[in-house]
Amino acid sequence: MASLSMTDDSRFGLRRQVRLAGPLPLDSGAALGPVDIAYETYGTLNADRSNAILICHALTGDQYVASDHPVTGKPGWWWRLVGEGKPVDPARHFIVCANVIGSCMGSSGPASLDAATGAPFAMRFPVLTIADMVRAQAMLLDHLGVDRLSAVIGGSMGGMQALTWPTLFPDRVESCVVIASTARHSAQNIAFHEVGRQAIMADPHWRGGDYYADGQVPSAGLAVARMAAHITYLSEAGLTEKFGRRLQGRDAKTFGFDADFQVESYLRHQGLSFVERFDANSYLYITRAMDYYDIAEDHGGSLARAFTASKARFCLVSFDTDWLYPTAESRIIVHALNAGGAQASFVELSSPFGHDAFLLECPELNRVVDGFLKGGRA
Amino acid sequence: MSEQLRPDLALIARTVRQGARVLDVGCGDGALMAALRDNAGVDARGLEIDGSNVADAVGRGLSVVQGDADTDLRYYPDASFDYAILSQTLQTTRRPDLVVEELLRIAAQAFVSFPNFAHWRGRISLLWGGRMPVTRLLPDTWYDTLNIHHVTVDDFRALVKDRGWTIDGQWFLKGDKETTHANANLFAEHAVFLLRK
Repeated sequence: MASLSMTDDSRFGLRRQVRLAGPLPLDSGAALGPVDIAYETYGTLNADRSNAILICHALTGDQYVASDHPVTGKPGWWWRLVGEGKPVDPARHFIVCANVIGSCMGSSGPASLDAATGAPFAMRFPVLTIADMVRAQAMLLDHLGVDRLSAVIGGSMGGMQALTWPTLFPDRVESCVVIASTARHSAQNIAFHEVGRQAIMADPHWRGGDYYADGQVPSAGLAVARMAAHITYLSEAGLTEKFGRRLQGRDAKTFGFDADFQVESYLRHQGLSFVERFDANSYLYITRAMDYYDIAEDHGGSLARAFTASKARFCLVSFDTDWLYPTAESRIIVHALNAGGAQASFVELSSPFGHDAFLLECPELNRVVDGFLKGGRA
Repeated sequence: MSEQLRPDLALIARTVRQGARVLDVGCGDGALMAALRDNAGVDARGLEIDGSNVADAVGRGLSVVQGDADTDLRYYPDASFDYAILSQTLQTTRRPDLVVEELLRIAAQAFVSFPNFAHWRGRISLLWGGRMPVTRLLPDTWYDTLNIHHVTVDDFRALVKDRGWTIDGQWFLKGDKETTHANANLFAEHAVFLLRK
């Protein structure tokens, strides 16, 4: 009885953390070990181990995909897609969501202690890639006894991991859902990330990344990085609808540099609340990993070649107002999959919310993901 | 899926070989693909321009890609399907001749179905009314119809001859009934051709 043993097994459940010996060889040539991974599981792995779904989170996401966040108290970041009665349902699926390595929610990252020195790694943490994150997830699945994934699902950077999975582990992935994502980071994507990194590094509190000892963290720089990035998650139409040129708590312009406009006040709030839950060095490492991401580059310049070993079914979804990873990027993936004869579905959904749409209310998204996962089986 | 297929689709569904590989171009909500999958074990893929149709099709578990027959067929490799299907879509493409060329590059055979604009009802409407026909078959007015290339059975035969394609089968429909080949250009409401290169 798998279900009975799983409740007793400390590997499964909410707020898990494991230390895996490693070492995990990294794309940079360095190795990481031991590897800490913080994760959650929901539901029960069935007897033939055929119902496992891995959910991959975005840049500033975490493992709390469907449970309340321990710091903010907010519901899981993808509760609209994952949960009871949702397309990914713990009643039917065994669901795993792990904090990516390099992050700061319990998995190994620059804030972790370096066993060699007893001090935080800071910038001595090895530079990572999206593929490294995926290999760490595979190590976790080995630990959990999951050989094959019924599906790997992610949006944004989570979509990059999901798309990388069948290229690295073609025999372990049956289906792959990539939402609001891309097969490579564009020059524009890299440019925005560089603005964020420079903001952090320009903060006098950053000090080459060694800010952990005295608690004087580069929060101003990180807040600016978040503000710039946040703009890329929204659409012009969405910003206009939400804020327009409306003033914040005043009847007239102040002819000063307070947050006169609602949109300024909103962005400042986004920046300030972000620094309470995120580590600036992790932001540097994860944005770097995203910038290095280019699946075709890793396969002799041919994206189609990356998927030839995989028998997975693919589902790609883009949003019409997403200018961070616009529809054209998803089409590039679809064309590569078509060229290789893969079973691929793709739809551009309509939403006013820009890139953020994948996290927001979108019944069409749920319908597409639900139908795709069921794959015609009732 | 026991839903009623449109007559031209039902005809195609009866003709496709068991277990074939099929690309349905302009697959709509995937009704034909689902029937082929469920009844004939067909490996069906779809291309459809309308997002909400794609969502419906993916929602029923089909592999459908949102895209445009005029621009996206070139991403499919040569001879990768047994059949390509272009049902009621030919007359909406910008270059119907090039689209059919692409179908015959991608697949061994291609079904092409279209409404016959030379049906007598349309002729009478244009001849006596002097207006572009609005009939049960062609319910839209000239300014809001998606049909931008009005084609007749004889026009299509002429194109086939001109390009040197081979007709492996042809069927003509009046309502939901098959009708005679004789005078099809006058009496058929729909035509279905099965072509090869």
